[in-house]
Amino acid sequence: MDILSLFIVIPVLTITAIIFLKDAHQVRLVSAFGMGLQLLMAASLVFLYLAARHAGNSDEMLFVKDYLWFKSLNIHYAVGVDGISVAMITLTSLVVFAGIFASWEVEFLRKEFFVSLILLATGVFGFFISIDLFTMFLFYELAVIPMYLLIGIWGTGPKEYSAMKLTLMLMGGSALILVGLLGIYFNSSPGGSQLTFNILEISKVVIPLPAQRIFFPLTFVGFGVLGALFPFHTWSPDGHASAPTAVSMLHAGVLMKLGGYGAFRVAIFLMPEAAHELSWIFIILTSISVIYGAFGAIAQKDLKYINAYSSVSHCGLVLFAVLMMNQTAMNGAIIQMISHGLMTALFFALIGMLYGRTHTRMINEMGGLMKVIPFLSVCYVIAGLASLGLPGLSGFVAEMTIFVGAFQHPELFYRIVTILAVSSIVITAVYILRVVAILLLGPTTNEHFEHLTDAKWFEKISAITLIGSVAAIGLAPFWLSTMIGTSLHPIIEKILALNPF
Amino acid sequence: MNSGIPVQYFLILATVMFFTGIYGFLTRRNLITILMSVELILNSVNINFLAFNRYLYPHKLEGMFFSLFIIAVAASEAAVVIAIIINIYRRFTTINVEDVNEMKF
Amino acid sequence: MINFSYTIWIPLLPFLMFILLGLAGHKLKPKLSGLLGTGGLGIITVLSYITAFKYFFTSEKVDGAYQKITALNFTWLQFTDKLHIDLGVLLDPISVMMLVVISTVSFMVHIYSLGYMKDEKGFERFFAFLSLFSFSMLGLVLATNIFQMYIFWELVGVSSFLLIGFYYQKPSAVRASKKAFIVTRFADLGFLIGILILSFNTKTFDFITLTNPAGSAIAQGGGIVFLGLSVMTWSMIFVFMGGVGKSAMFPFHIWLPDAMEGPTPVSALIHAATMVVAGVYLVARMFPIYALSAPVALNVVAWVGAFTSLFAAVIACTQTDIKRVLAYSTMSQIGYMMLALGVAGYGGHEGLGYMASMFHLFTHAMFKALLFLGAGAIIHAVHSNYMTEMGGLRKYLPVTHITFLIACLTIAGIPPLSGFFSKDEILAAAFHSNKLLFAIEYAVAGLTAFYMFRLYFSIFWGKDTQYHHTPQEAPATMTVPLIILAVGSVFSGIIPFNKLVTSDGKILESEIELMIAIPSVLIGLLGIGVAYIMYRKESAIPDRLAATFKYGYKWAYNKFYIDELYLFVTKKIIFRYISDPVAWFDRHIVDGTMNTIASVTQNFSFRIRAFQSGQLQKYAFVFITGAIMLAILFIYLWK
Repeated sequence: MDILSLFIVIPVLTITAIIFLKDAHQVRLVSAFGMGLQLLMAASLVFLYLAARHAGNSDEMLFVKDYLWFKSLNIHYAVGVDGISVAMITLTSLVVFAGIFASWEVEFLRKEFFVSLILLATGVFGFFISIDLFTMFLFYELAVIPMYLLIGIWGTGPKEYSAMKLTLMLMGGSALILVGLLGIYFNSSPGGSQLTFNILEISKVVIPLPAQRIFFPLTFVGFGVLGALFPFHTWSPDGHASAPTAVSMLHAGVLMKLGGYGAFRVAIFLMPEAAHELSWIFIILTSISVIYGAFGAIAQKDLKYINAYSSVSHCGLVLFAVLMMNQTAMNGAIIQMISHGLMTALFFALIGMLYGRTHTRMINEMGGLMKVIPFLSVCYVIAGLASLGLPGLSGFVAEMTIFVGAFQHPELFYRIVTILAVSSIVITAVYILRVVAILLLGPTTNEHFEHLTDAKWFEKISAITLIGSVAAIGLAPFWLSTMIGTSLHPIIEKILALNPF
Repeated sequence: MNSGIPVQYFLILATVMFFTGIYGFLTRRNLITILMSVELILNSVNINFLAFNRYLYPHKLEGMFFSLFIIAVAASEAAVVIAIIINIYRRFTTINVEDVNEMKF
Repeated sequence: MINFSYTIWIPLLPFLMFILLGLAGHKLKPKLSGLLGTGGLGIITVLSYITAFKYFFTSEKVDGAYQKITALNFTWLQFTDKLHIDLGVLLDPISVMMLVVISTVSFMVHIYSLGYMKDEKGFERFFAFLSLFSFSMLGLVLATNIFQMYIFWELVGVSSFLLIGFYYQKPSAVRASKKAFIVTRFADLGFLIGILILSFNTKTFDFITLTNPAGSAIAQGGGIVFLGLSVMTWSMIFVFMGGVGKSAMFPFHIWLPDAMEGPTPVSALIHAATMVVAGVYLVARMFPIYALSAPVALNVVAWVGAFTSLFAAVIACTQTDIKRVLAYSTMSQIGYMMLALGVAGYGGHEGLGYMASMFHLFTHAMFKALLFLGAGAIIHAVHSNYMTEMGGLRKYLPVTHITFLIACLTIAGIPPLSGFFSKDEILAAAFHSNKLLFAIEYAVAGLTAFYMFRLYFSIFWGKDTQYHHTPQEAPATMTVPLIILAVGSVFSGIIPFNKLVTSDGKILESEIELMIAIPSVLIGLLGIGVAYIMYRKESAIPDRLAATFKYGYKWAYNKFYIDELYLFVTKKIIFRYISDPVAWFDRHIVDGTMNTIASVTQNFSFRIRAFQSGQLQKYAFVFITGAIMLAILFIYLWK
C-alpha cells in the first residue's frame, strides 16, 4: 500500500466503521480518530516529501503509483504529489479535523452526518492526489454530491432551495469540465499514439491551439464556478448561509479550492497558450470578483453572507493570480488558497459557535459579545485580522506575494488591474472592522447575552488548530513558499517555454 | 392446396378485427372490455400470420409457431391482466379506466 | 567593525513579552504583568542607549560620514530572485536616534501607566498591547528594507487600533479606533502601490541599495514618464501617501483627534511621540531618492507639511478638549517636520532642513509626550477632558503645573529650551528655500505659542472652579516620568544634531542665525502675551472675538467640516451608492439570472407535464396516431 492511497483508504475505513457502529456517541469519537490519523498522515507526508526533495529527488511528482482500471479508454488510477498538492492535502486534513470538532454537537442523524462529511473529505483528498484527469473528475463529483445531502438535510433556513441551487450550479460546472477533459483527452496525442488522461504525459505534448481555444474557456469556467468566478458565484452566499457549520467550513475552506487548484493544474498547466491569449477576459472577470465581492460584503447583515462575499473576493484573487502566469503570482495563489481555506474555516466555525449561543446571525441583533464570551471574540478578531491581511498572519503573506507577483507582469494593463485588485485590502478592512465593531465591541445590547458561556473544549480544539496554522504560515512563510515554489518551477518553465513574454 | 379463398378476404377480416379492437381499446371505459379488445387485436394479428404463412411460404411453419406463441402469451397475459384488474378493483373499487389515473405528474 | 548583532533583542524582547502577556496575562497578577512589561522596556532602553553610544562614538566613519550598518538580515519571504522580504536590523543615524526616542518615551509611558491604569480592568491586556506596539515600532525604525517597514507599518496600525479601542465598551472609542484603522489603511494602500511601482522599476526593496546616492535606483533618474511625471516621482508620491496617513497630515488627518478616545498614556506614546512621526521617518529614510530623483514629490511633501501645520494650528485655537488641542498641535508640529524635509536637499548645507526635521522630531517627542502625560495627570485629577471645566489647578497639582509650563515654553520656542533650537533650524531652512513657506511657518510659530498658553492659562490659572473632589497630585509613578521628560525637554536642545544626524552622514556646519532666531522668539512671546491677556483671568475677550469672526470661528471649531465631508463620502457614496447597489445587483441581477434560468426550466416542465395525464387511453391514442402517422410518412411521403 502506498502512502497516497492511504489518504483514501483511511476515510473509507472510517466510514465503514461508523456504519457498523451501534452507539451514536462513539460515532464522533471514531470520526475524530480517523481524521486525526489523517492529519498525522498529512504531517508525515510533508516530512516524507521534504526529505525526498532534500535527498535530491527532482521528479515533477513524487510517490507516483499507477494502476489501469478501464482499458478501452486508457483510464488509470494514477496518484502522485508535488509540493502544491502536499500543501493542499495538509490544508484539507486540518480543516476536516477542525470541522469534526466544530460539529461535535450534531444530534439529528449523527451517523449519517459524519458519513457524508467524511465521504466529502474522501473526494477532496482523492482529487488532490490524482494525476489522471478522469479519476480526478470522479473524485471531484464524489466531493460535490454529499454536499447536497449535507445542506439539504442538516441545513438551516431555505435549505432545500440552497442545496438545489448549489448542486445544480456545480453540476453545470462539472458538465463544462467534463467536456473540457474529453477535449483534452482526444487531443492528447497529436502524433496518433495512445490517447491518455495522465496529466504528466499530456503536459509533454502541445495540444493544438484551435482545440485549446475551445477547451480552455470550458475548463476554466467549469472550475471557476466552484472557485466563485464572477458571475457564477451566486451559489456561494445562499449555500453557505444554509449549510451547517462544518459544511460551510469544508465548503469554503476546501471545496472552493478544488476550483482554484483545477483551474491551475488542468486549465492553465495543460493549455498555456490559450490561457495566455484569453487571460485578459478572465483577468477582468476575476478583478470584478475581487472588488465586487468586497463591496458586496459591506452591505450584508448576515454573518454568513458577509463571509460568503468575502470568500468571493478572496477566491477571486486566487484565480486572478493564477492567470498572471508567473512564478511569484502563482505561488501567491497557492498560498492564498491555503490561507483563505484556514481563515475562512475559522470564520465559519466561529459563526457556528456564535449562532449556537445567540441563535441569530444578524449582526444588528448582536453586540458587545467581547465582554461575555472573550475567547470566541478574540478568535473572531484574529480571524478578521488575518482576513484583512495583517502581517504575522497568513493573509498578508498570500496577498503580498500575489500583488508583488502580479505587478511584475510586463504589460501595463495587467499592472493597472493589479492596482485595482490591491485596493480591495481597504474595502476588506472596512467590512471586517464594521463587523467586529458591531458584533463584539460596545456595550452588551441584549440582556439574554449576559449569560452566554464561552467556548467548550471541543470548540477550543477546533479554533486553536486553525489559528495555530494561520499564525504559523504568517510568521514563518518561507518553508511553505519554498516548497510550493520548487514545485512550480517546472510548470512555469513549461509555460514560459511556450509563451515567451 | 389452393382452397380458392383469396388472401384479400383474410386480410380484410384481420383489418376489420384489428380496427375494431383499436376502437374498442380507445373508447371503452371498462377494463374487461379493453382486455377483450386487446384479444381482438392479437387474434387479428394471428390471422394475418397464418394467412401470410399459408400463401407466401406454404412449406414453412414459422407463422404457425408464431401464432401458437401469441396464443400462449395471450393466455398468460389474460391471466396477469385479470389479476391486475382484480387488484385495481380492490384498491379503487372500480374498473373504470378513467378513474385509474394515479400514474401522472 | 563593532558587533551589533545583539540589537535583535531590541525588537524581539517586546514581542516575547507580548506573547507572554497575551497568552498568560490573565493568569498573572495584574501588577506582575505591568512590572514585567515595564521591566522589558527598561532593558530595551538600556540596550538602545548602549547602541546609540557605540554607534555615534565608537563606530568607524568613512570619509567623515556615518555608515549604514546592517547588523542582521535574513530572508523571510522570497518573491523572485531579486525581490525578497528580509527581516533585519539596519543601524544608521536616524534609526539609532529613533531607537533612543522610542525606548525613552515608551519606558516613561510604561512607568506612568503603572499608576494611571491602576485598577483598570484589562490592565495586563493594556501592557500586552503596549509591548506589541513597542515591538512594531522598533521593528519599523530598524527595517532594512521597505517591505519590512511596510510589515511593521501595518503592525503599528493594528496596535494603535487595539489601544485606541482599549475601552471597547465605549462606543465612541470603538468608532475612533475603527476610523483610525480604516483611514490609515487607505493611506497604506498608497504606500503599498508606491512600493510596487518602486520595486518594479528598481528590482529591489533594500534601503541601502535604494538610497545609495551613486546607486542604480537613483542614477536611473526617474525612469519612464507617465502622465507628465517620472515613474519614480509617482512612486514616491504614493509612498508619501502612506506617510500622510500615519502622520495625520491633511487630508488624512481626521483620525488623529478622534484617536484621543484611547487612554492618555497611549496618546502620549503613539499619537504624539512615536507612531505619528513614522511618516516623517519614512520620508527621511527614502530621502536621497526624494532629493535626487523625485524633486516634485519632495515639493509635495513640503506643501502638505506647511498646509497641515497652519490648518491644524488654526483649529487648535478653538478646541476645548485639552487632548484634542494637543492632537492638533501634534499635527501642526509634524507638519513642521515634513516641511523641513521638503525644503531640504541632499548633502552639504542644503541638508539643513533634513537635520532640523530630525532634531525637531527628537525634541518634539520629549515635550509632546510630556504635555500628554501632564494632560493625563490633569484628567486623572479632575475627571474631565474639557478646559472649560478647569481652572486654577496650579494650587492642587504643583508638579504637573511646573512640568506642563516647561513643556509649553518649549513648544513655544523660548530659549534656551530645546524647542527653540530645533524650530529655529526649521525656520532657517525654510527661509533659505522658499519665502512663502517661511512666512506660513512664522505665523504658525505665533499661533502655536498662543494656543498652548491658552491651554495653560485656562487649566492652571483662569477662573477658580469648584470641583466635586479636591484634585490631588498624581502618585510618584506618574510624576517621576513627568520630571524626567521635563529634564529631557529642557536639555535635549544641546545635543549636537548637526554632527550626528545629517542627510549624508557627514558633519553639517550650522549656527543660530540671529536674523531668524530673534523674530521667532518675539512672535512666540507675542502669542504668549495675547494668551495672557485673554485667558489669565476670566475675561470676555475670547467670546467677543469669537462673535466678531463668527463664521471663521465656527468653521475652525468644526474642524472645517472635513469630518463631515468624509462621512458624506463614506456613508452616502460608498455605502449607499456603491455597496448597496452592488448587493442589490448581486441579489437581483446576477442571482436573478440564475433563478430565472431555473424558473424558466420549471415553467416549461409545468407546461408539458399535462401530457402525463395518467389516462391510459390518451396514451394509447397518441401512440396509435403516431404509429399511423409514421406509417403514412414511410409509405407515401418517404419514397
